[in-house]
Amino acid sequence: MQAFELLTARKTDDALALIAQYEGAAFIAGGTTVVDLMKCGVTLPPVLIDINGLPFGEIDANEERIRIGALVRNSDVAYDRNVVHRLPMLSKAFLSGASGQLRNMATVGGNLLQRTRCPYFRDPASRCNKREPGTGCDAFEGIHRGHAILGTSNHCIATHPSDAAVALIALDAVVELAAPGGTRRVPIEEFYIVPGATPSIENVLLKGELITAVEIPLGAAQRNATYLKVRDRASYEFALVAVAAGLEFDGGTITQARLALGGVGAIPWRVRGAEQVLAGKKAGPQAFKEAAEAALEGAIPRRDNAFKVELAKRAVVRALETVVRER
Amino acid sequence: MTATVTRESIVGTPVDRVDGGLKVTGQAQYAADTPVEHAAFAVLVSSTIARGRILAIETEAAAAIPGVLKIFTHENAPRFKQPDPDWMNALVPSQTFMPLQSPEIIHYGQQVAVVVAETFETARAAAALVEVAYEVKPPLLLLHDPAAPRFQPDVFFGEPMQDARGDVDAALADAGGRIDATYTTPIESHNAMEPHATIAQWNGHRLIVHEPSQWMIGTRNYLAKVFDLAPEDVHVISPFVGGGFGAKGFSLPHSVFAAMAARAIGRPVKLMLSRAQVFTTTGHRAQTEQHLRIGASDDGQLTAIDHASTISSSYAGWFIEPPGLTTMFLYACPNVRIRHEAATLNLPAPCPMRAPGEAPGMFALESALDELAAQLEIDPIDLRIRNDAQTDPKTKLPFSSRHLVECLEAGADWFKWDRRPKKPRQMRDGDELVGWGVATATYAGLRGPASARVRKEDDRYIVEVATHDLGTGMYTIMTQVAAEALGVPISQVECRIGDSRFPPAPVAGGSQSTASVMPAVQAACLKLRESGGEMAEADAAPGDEQGRYSFQSFGAQFAEVRVDEAIGRVRVSRFLGVFDCGKILNPKTARSQMLGGIVFGIGQALFEEAVVDPRTGRLLTDSMAEYRVPVNADVGELEILFVEEPDYVLNPLGARGVGEIGITGVAAAIANAIYHAIGKRLRDLPITPEKLL
Repeated sequence: MQAFELLTARKTDDALALIAQYEGAAFIAGGTTVVDLMKCGVTLPPVLIDINGLPFGEIDANEERIRIGALVRNSDVAYDRNVVHRLPMLSKAFLSGASGQLRNMATVGGNLLQRTRCPYFRDPASRCNKREPGTGCDAFEGIHRGHAILGTSNHCIATHPSDAAVALIALDAVVELAAPGGTRRVPIEEFYIVPGATPSIENVLLKGELITAVEIPLGAAQRNATYLKVRDRASYEFALVAVAAGLEFDGGTITQARLALGGVGAIPWRVRGAEQVLAGKKAGPQAFKEAAEAALEGAIPRRDNAFKVELAKRAVVRALETVVRER
Repeated sequence: MTATVTRESIVGTPVDRVDGGLKVTGQAQYAADTPVEHAAFAVLVSSTIARGRILAIETEAAAAIPGVLKIFTHENAPRFKQPDPDWMNALVPSQTFMPLQSPEIIHYGQQVAVVVAETFETARAAAALVEVAYEVKPPLLLLHDPAAPRFQPDVFFGEPMQDARGDVDAALADAGGRIDATYTTPIESHNAMEPHATIAQWNGHRLIVHEPSQWMIGTRNYLAKVFDLAPEDVHVISPFVGGGFGAKGFSLPHSVFAAMAARAIGRPVKLMLSRAQVFTTTGHRAQTEQHLRIGASDDGQLTAIDHASTISSSYAGWFIEPPGLTTMFLYACPNVRIRHEAATLNLPAPCPMRAPGEAPGMFALESALDELAAQLEIDPIDLRIRNDAQTDPKTKLPFSSRHLVECLEAGADWFKWDRRPKKPRQMRDGDELVGWGVATATYAGLRGPASARVRKEDDRYIVEVATHDLGTGMYTIMTQVAAEALGVPISQVECRIGDSRFPPAPVAGGSQSTASVMPAVQAACLKLRESGGEMAEADAAPGDEQGRYSFQSFGAQFAEVRVDEAIGRVRVSRFLGVFDCGKILNPKTARSQMLGGIVFGIGQALFEEAVVDPRTGRLLTDSMAEYRVPVNADVGELEILFVEEPDYVLNPLGARGVGEIGITGVAAAIANAIYHAIGKRLRDLPITPEKLL
């Protein structure tokens, strides 16, 4: 860790001005990712801009949507009454992430920008195209049990670590961004960028932009929903496989499905193909199995993570069964 | 001896920890907390390769940071000679290799520089700027690498590691070789809560060291040897230790570096290891591959056991994990052979970790016995009872006290074992299959010589011993034993430990502190009470009973697991440990030791694995996020029972140690329960989700 300067922004304009003013500066909210990466030597921002004083700490709900300020702590989202009742998938996803202490610090905005847990990314002595473009990837021939099988490229097989983002992508959340020129709204599915040839570029956030909120539309598939996380231990553990699943029914028939995978994707992985498989079908083992197959289409397993293909399929089926069971 | 021990029972009662208040209010001072005036801070720089040599080490940029006082590398560090392990003189370095003495790199994480600065933050920032250019050679990392030198270790603390009785091959042939299976366990790390730290301070030619220690006398003698001092000129202080599990027992190089830096700059130096450095420079449990062959009669009488272990070893170390030792004596079997082979690799030096030998060895042996029981359709508890031995099959000496059968029976009763279906896959609850498994636990009943001093100050009694409290409860049980012997309430007794100047005690290893220290404390207190004086000292040592008996603790571990096969999830929903450890001096602290041991065992069974990159030797799991120990949510209902049979042959208190037996057999009990749940035998630890699919 290197010495750095800590500046405090009181207003959004100040934050945007400061980030533009200092080369290599970074925002800090909960700090659970940025400080960790500074300790690893992965990022060395000379200036941190504390945004905790900005007015993005509220959850606001109406009939159509729930809007969550970027500075709301993960645990506050998870236990918010509206979120628990109307977006149970999101509450469960937030609760399954990290540990109690971390959830009390980590913010929603920060969660979306979590960096991968790839051990080679986190070690400056290893080769990593994401950390240092063009250096190569030590994970390909190294240990990659935790790595992604979907959305990867020849340059990077790192997994996106967020749980909440998986639920948010299944829920069609919209990310609100502030920049000196004004704000813009980006559907979260368009927010993340698969690694391709440039794994260091992870999202559409422009230099100097700040996440201010996420907004989630409400509906039945959001309510009949769950988040299943399969992991090595019961808490404080990243997903081997996670499934965010939501269904809307007409009697026994599925009218709409929402399905996304975590722990297996280079980015939070929405599986629209599998959703289409489910739409119009009778809820049951046959449809769920077909959806699971469709969800894993295009998976590229490697030596250590090949098990994730089967595990993910089974988790998809289990998650869908759970939604039906708890309906 | 005319004074009688008061009948008011203090020993054997669940007295609260006497240091509990200090700990929960943050007042207990661990080594790195010690305020030291005008201290400088040292940070280690670690090698990023596992084998090769340093071509160049660039320290200019680091030295240019304001506040940096000194940077040591192999080019400018004083020359030290690493002493050989010398048990007779209580001097045991953890490794054979002294870093900072040459450009040679033999393991990942090896110390390559020490940066000393005015503040910790400056030292850490400067350490990150030290640039090392290496010539990299391909490291030897795999247990079966044909290029790795292999050898057959002779002895483990006096016990032969290549040993046999009877004719194993003939007996195996006769029995048709019932079981032939290979079990594997990975590298595991101790992960004490408190990372290692050393504060070194010179006062003329005298050296004062604060560090968390399981063996202050050992560290004192080690530093005296390395710095060519008289042992009495080295003073090691260690009043509180935030866990050790074996990684703070033998002497480590960073203690030398702290003293080296302090001497060079003429100021006290505080050196703290990062969590990653704890993983790579303070020891680990070696990787094992164990091949078990078992012969038995149709009615389950063991006729032959062959236990061959391959162990990872290190160019830096000497300690060899001994999984086979227990197999020599645990059951009445006429033909037994154990073999150990070690492969020398470019890994950090291994060291003892809670129940070295038993922890991996009994996973293999007790899993194999379960396989035998299943094959012969004999209840696994019956199988163990049928092969019980009251005479030690290895030494032919009687056990001073062996109550394995009582442990198995008490556990069976509590667990309602008679309700257990004989076949696997019979108990289902929703998405989960439920299984019950059992395994034997055992650990040696060691005792060593110890001394104690008691002083009367007004109406208070001060008891002093150079022993250690690793969070185990030593302060508390010492207070109980002293109070009872003195015939005073515990409020009048103050125990002082963790100071190398106090009367000597053994290493807090081998679960021997209770059995060794308490007799000395009791003797000193009785002596003072009898004399009516102001001060008394006593020595207490084992006698000729050691040649007439075998001393060993036993237990039985019962696991209930719930396995969700579809998604590869296993939960330990219930666990019971029943233990025969002689007289229990404090049921509360002893219970804690057993709970901790079982949680340790759950980690070994399901989670823990140090993952090394097979190409580079880099440790990929060097944080508490990546190296998985169980969290609370992984631990179901735990229960502990004691079969309390005092062992007065071992010592006048009848107590054997409780530190290590808790982990033994746990992984086997869990793996056996998983087999009972789903009918799948898992022989490779840890049992992760993909192995259950």
